[in-house]
Amino acid sequence: MEKYFDQHISRQFNQELENLRRDVMKMGGMAEEMVMDAMRALLDGNVELARSVISADDQVNQMEKDIDELAMEILARRQPTASDLRLVMAIVKTLNDLERVGDEAEKIAKIAIEMADMDRPRNNYYELESMAEHVRSMLRDALDGFARMVPEIAVTLYRADEKVDDEYEAILRQYYTYLAEEPRQTTRIINAIWIARALERIGDHAKNIGEHVFYLVEGQDVRHIPADQKEQVVLGPRKSDS
Amino acid sequence: MTTESSTPKINAGLANAQTRKRLNLRNEEISMQVRDLSLYYGKDQALKSINMDIPNKRVTAFIGPSGCGKSTLLRCFNRMNDLIDICRIEGEIKIDGEDIYHPSVDVPELRRKVGMVFQKPNPFPKSIYENIAYGLRLQGVKNRRKLDEVVEHSLKRAALWDEVKDRLNDNAFGLSGGQQQRLVIARAIAIEPEVILLDEPCSALDPISTAKVEELIIDLKESYTIVIVTHNMQQAARVSDFTAYMYLGELIEYDDTAKLFTNPAKKATEDYITGRYG
Repeated sequence: MEKYFDQHISRQFNQELENLRRDVMKMGGMAEEMVMDAMRALLDGNVELARSVISADDQVNQMEKDIDELAMEILARRQPTASDLRLVMAIVKTLNDLERVGDEAEKIAKIAIEMADMDRPRNNYYELESMAEHVRSMLRDALDGFARMVPEIAVTLYRADEKVDDEYEAILRQYYTYLAEEPRQTTRIINAIWIARALERIGDHAKNIGEHVFYLVEGQDVRHIPADQKEQVVLGPRKSDS
Repeated sequence: MTTESSTPKINAGLANAQTRKRLNLRNEEISMQVRDLSLYYGKDQALKSINMDIPNKRVTAFIGPSGCGKSTLLRCFNRMNDLIDICRIEGEIKIDGEDIYHPSVDVPELRRKVGMVFQKPNPFPKSIYENIAYGLRLQGVKNRRKLDEVVEHSLKRAALWDEVKDRLNDNAFGLSGGQQQRLVIARAIAIEPEVILLDEPCSALDPISTAKVEELIIDLKESYTIVIVTHNMQQAARVSDFTAYMYLGELIEYDDTAKLFTNPAKKATEDYITGRYG
C-alpha cells in the first residue's frame, strides 16, 4: 500500500499526495518532539526548554492550517476517490489529532515553568516520566504506522492506550492520597494531575491516529465500537489479505 | 466507548444513521436481468458473459474506459445492436421476466418500453410541441386535448416547461444544447416508458446544463428505471445508486455507488477510478 500513492497517471497528483504525506509526517515529528521536550523541561526544571515548546506550538498550529489548505485544494481540484479520498480524509483527521497533541505538550510546558521553582518529590515525578515514555512510544508507533500504512497498528495502539489509561488511574489514586497527606503540596500535586491528564489525552490522540490508518488502508471505520469487535475487525480477514 | 444510550435524542440519531445504509441489490426489486450475455462484432467479442440485475426505479451507471463495452451493453437493453449486421448475441436479457431476444418480441414495442437518449441531442426538425407529440401521434392519438396534456406534462417532468411554454411552436433547433437534451428526454417520457437508457447524455453540455440534466435524472428515478453510461466518473458518483465498472467487455465490479467510489473491492476498479496505471 505504501508505494501505491505514486502510481497515478498524473505525476502532479502523485507529487501533491506525497507532499501532503510528507508534511503530516513532519508535523507529527514536531508534535512528538514537543512532548519529549515538555517532559524534559518538567523533570529538569528547564524553563528555557519549556518556552521553546510553547513557541513550537505556534509552528504546529500553522502547519495544521497549511496542510488543511493543501488537502482542501486536492479535494477541490482532483476530486479524489477510493484510497486517494481516504488518504486525504485520514490526513485531515490525523492533523487534528496532532495539533491537539501539540496543545497538550504546550500545557505540560506551561506547568513545567510554574513547577520549576517548586519543591520536587524525592522520585522527581518518576511516575509521570514513565507514563510519558509509554505515550511517546504510542505516538511514534502511530506515526510509523501511518508512514508505512500498517492497519494492525490500530489494535496495537488501542491496547497500549488501555494500559496508559490504567496507568493514569493508578497515578490519580496515588496523587489523591498525597493530597490528603500533604495539604501544603496541593498546588504541586494538582499540577502533576494536570500533566497526567495531558499525557492520557496524548495517548488517546495516538490511538485515534491508529484508527485513521486502519480506515485509510481498509476503508472501514473502527472508531467508537466495542473493544472485542474492534479487535475482530482489525485482526480478522480483510481486503488487503485477499 | 460503546454508543449505547437510552436517551430518545440519541436513538433518533441512530435511526437516522440507519436510513443512510448502503444499498444492496438483494433488497432491490429487479427490473432487468442480464444472464450470460456475450456479444460479438464479427469475430471480436465485445461483451463477455455478463451477469447483472438492474434494479427497478434506481439509477444504474456503467463506467469504464473507451471500448470496455458499456455502450454496447446499454444498447442491448432495447436491441439497438440489431441494427448492426455483424452483431451476434448469446445469453439473455429479461425485462419484467420476459426474454427480450425471444423471436416473438415486438421490437418497436420494446423500444417504446425502453426509451433511449444519446450523447448528441437529436430533436426532430419540427416544433417543440411536435417533437413531444410525435410518439403519441405514431400510436394513433389524435385528440388535441390529450396531446396538449401529454406535451405539458412531459415538458414539466423534464424541467423544461417554464423555459419553452411561450414558444411551443418554435423549431426545436432553436433551443440550446442543454434544452435540446431535456427536450429529447421529454420526448422519451411522453410515451411512458419503463426504462430510460442514457448514453453519455451530458458529454456535449456545459456544467449548468449538465447539472439540470443530472437533477432531472434524479427526479425521474421516482417513476423510471434509469441506466446511464458516462465517461464522467464524478457524474456517475453524483447521480447513480449503483455503479458497474466494466473493462475489456467484462463486468469487473458492480455495487452501491458510494461503496464503489470510497472503498471498491477490486484493485482494477480502484486503479481506474483513481486514475492509476492498471
